[in-house]
Amino acid sequence: MSGTYLGMPSFPKAAREAVHNETLRGNLRHATHTIRDKRAKAVAELADWAQLREAGKQIKDRTLRHLDEYLVQLEESVTAAGGTVHWAADGDEANRIVAGLVKATGEREVVKVKSMATQEIGLNEALEAEGIAAYETDLAELIVQLGEDRPSHILVPAIHRNRGEIREIFARTMSEWGRPAPEGLTDSPAELAEAARLHLREKFLRAKVGISGANFMVAETGTLVVVESEGNGRMCLTLPETLISVVGIEKIVPTWQDLEVFLQTLPRSSTAERMNPYTSTWTGTTDADGPQDFHLVLLDNGRTATLADEVGRQALRCIRCSACLNVCPVYERAGGHAYGSVYPGPIGAILSPQLRGTESEIDASLPYASSLCGACYDVCPVAIDIPEVLVHLRERVAGQGGRGHRLEKAAMKAAGWVLNHPAALAAGERAASRTRGLHPKRLPGAAAWTDSRDLPELPPEPFRDWWKKNRT
Amino acid sequence: MRVGLFVTCVNDALYPRTGIAVVKLLERLGVEVGFPAGQTCCGQPQFNTGYRRETEPLVRRYDREFAPYDYVVTPSGSCAAMVRDNYPRIGRKAAAEHRGHELADAAARSVPKTYELTEFLVDVLGVVDVGAYFPHSVTYHPSCHGLRMLGLGDRPRRLLDAVRGLELRELEGAEECCGFGGTFAVKNADVSAAMGEDKVRNAVSTGADVLCGADNSCLMHIGGILRRQDAPLRALHLAEILASTEEEPHA
Repeated sequence: MSGTYLGMPSFPKAAREAVHNETLRGNLRHATHTIRDKRAKAVAELADWAQLREAGKQIKDRTLRHLDEYLVQLEESVTAAGGTVHWAADGDEANRIVAGLVKATGEREVVKVKSMATQEIGLNEALEAEGIAAYETDLAELIVQLGEDRPSHILVPAIHRNRGEIREIFARTMSEWGRPAPEGLTDSPAELAEAARLHLREKFLRAKVGISGANFMVAETGTLVVVESEGNGRMCLTLPETLISVVGIEKIVPTWQDLEVFLQTLPRSSTAERMNPYTSTWTGTTDADGPQDFHLVLLDNGRTATLADEVGRQALRCIRCSACLNVCPVYERAGGHAYGSVYPGPIGAILSPQLRGTESEIDASLPYASSLCGACYDVCPVAIDIPEVLVHLRERVAGQGGRGHRLEKAAMKAAGWVLNHPAALAAGERAASRTRGLHPKRLPGAAAWTDSRDLPELPPEPFRDWWKKNRT
Repeated sequence: MRVGLFVTCVNDALYPRTGIAVVKLLERLGVEVGFPAGQTCCGQPQFNTGYRRETEPLVRRYDREFAPYDYVVTPSGSCAAMVRDNYPRIGRKAAAEHRGHELADAAARSVPKTYELTEFLVDVLGVVDVGAYFPHSVTYHPSCHGLRMLGLGDRPRRLLDAVRGLELRELEGAEECCGFGGTFAVKNADVSAAMGEDKVRNAVSTGADVLCGADNSCLMHIGGILRRQDAPLRALHLAEILASTEEEPHA
């Protein structure tokens, strides 16, 4: 499948296409508004939402401050429970470790339960290069994989697809991967779900190796937690003989007690459910029950660098609920693919440039992919001040110069001088007002503005001149 | 009570009528208004584009120019939010870069006395009925920074509700961003325009004569689309509605 993000164009270029794709705009608008409204109702039911949000923020911040200690504790707990812990500094190292573990089993195929970390590092492609087939089992991930597509949403990776498109993908491609779609498949949700269920069931029962992510890792017991809505996760976690979990190092919580907060805020923020349908927890291995071999690959891949930034580190609090995507007016129009990462939307705009650095065209453009309206900060269940981090990262991008920013910097400097010399500012305003009859309606240099909007008419005189005449 | 008007650079250069309306409105309510001529811009365009250091002289200037006043009132939620949220950040970052506490001190002096117009009317003056008369149907767009950063709540609506002759119409998706976003409007022009066009569609469907807001930069964007589309309503700043009276109606 074509799942990589290498060589993505800048956000404005990628977004331009999406903005003019009426089907995509319609799909996204319908889906985000539906989830948005349901979430608002589910959150309003809790009288202590503000306290839960603050508690989530505090737990995550405290954990991040002592991340080194909790990681060591986690490694000890996992090892004591019969698991093996592997440390991966970057995606390549994690992929090598996982490929090696799968090869050691002698297997050529694995089932996967949705893991953003493995998407982030391109694990499926790395396994494919080693002759190992990785089957996605989350319904939306399956749609994305069968459609040779990329995910466009954290929680609903196929949010950009409608039922008709999904029916077409199933009917066309399921047979290439395993059990074909039933004859005469319609686009009714029940039929589509049943087709996926039958297709996946065959894989669950055959696979000897499962690969998962985790929503949380509990340091005190070495327990991993996955929350999901379909039950596919439970199948992947219990049926295979070998289980490999690839998890970002920031997913730690110190104790079971801490889960109490997140198991309330995560489902309400993400799917507007009061309680998550399937919450699976596993701790090492158990004799004669479930996987007999358990490996945990702890992934850094830019996370410690992010942690070192005092403003930017708050992005590591993210529990991947996707509430910020669903309220974001920019995401709603641009779609998830424009963000060039497995993490789209507002959180992606601050997470990707920190995990990957701001050198590439797409990463340098992401901090600007926001109108700073603040809706994302409002809904975030761990109170990540996304607008603050966006502006902080803009400073980094502007500081590194590069294409487009040299001219901008010169303009900012010139404007800075004028704004610090009020007499010059007043003279400029006056000159503009006096020559207002000469100004064209569409300025060549301001095409980005005047393509769709008129410029305001200049007034006969600036305010400061009115004041001088009338009040002094 | 000494009140200094921070008219903002956008209003000074492009929307002087809004500034004049604020002056007349506050004077009508018995407030003595001053306008320090050394004021320029709050620094928001530079700060939000990533040029924090370039905003530092403007933080100092704001502090200096408004030093003689007990209150600073501005008809712009986003400029008020710039002072309240970002001046302290600028001060903290400068101190963290070992460049002293001068900017942090300037921010600490500026923040508590800076009020957005509707906050000042409702919270400080304690008025909701400002004696205005505006016989038109109006729909209200709450700008993001006023709505979320300042938490203006229903203050603007309460002020509008008390205007005689005014018929307020609900705007669908009122709390969604109009797509202006400062330099976002140019850097991501396609998405910005798509957001603005949706806002305009909702505004037009209210059948109102006027789309009212409390931030002229958003209104410049929305108004620019309205004019391009020859839409049957116009964008107008809240202050101009509140300044309008039977004796001196809005022109």
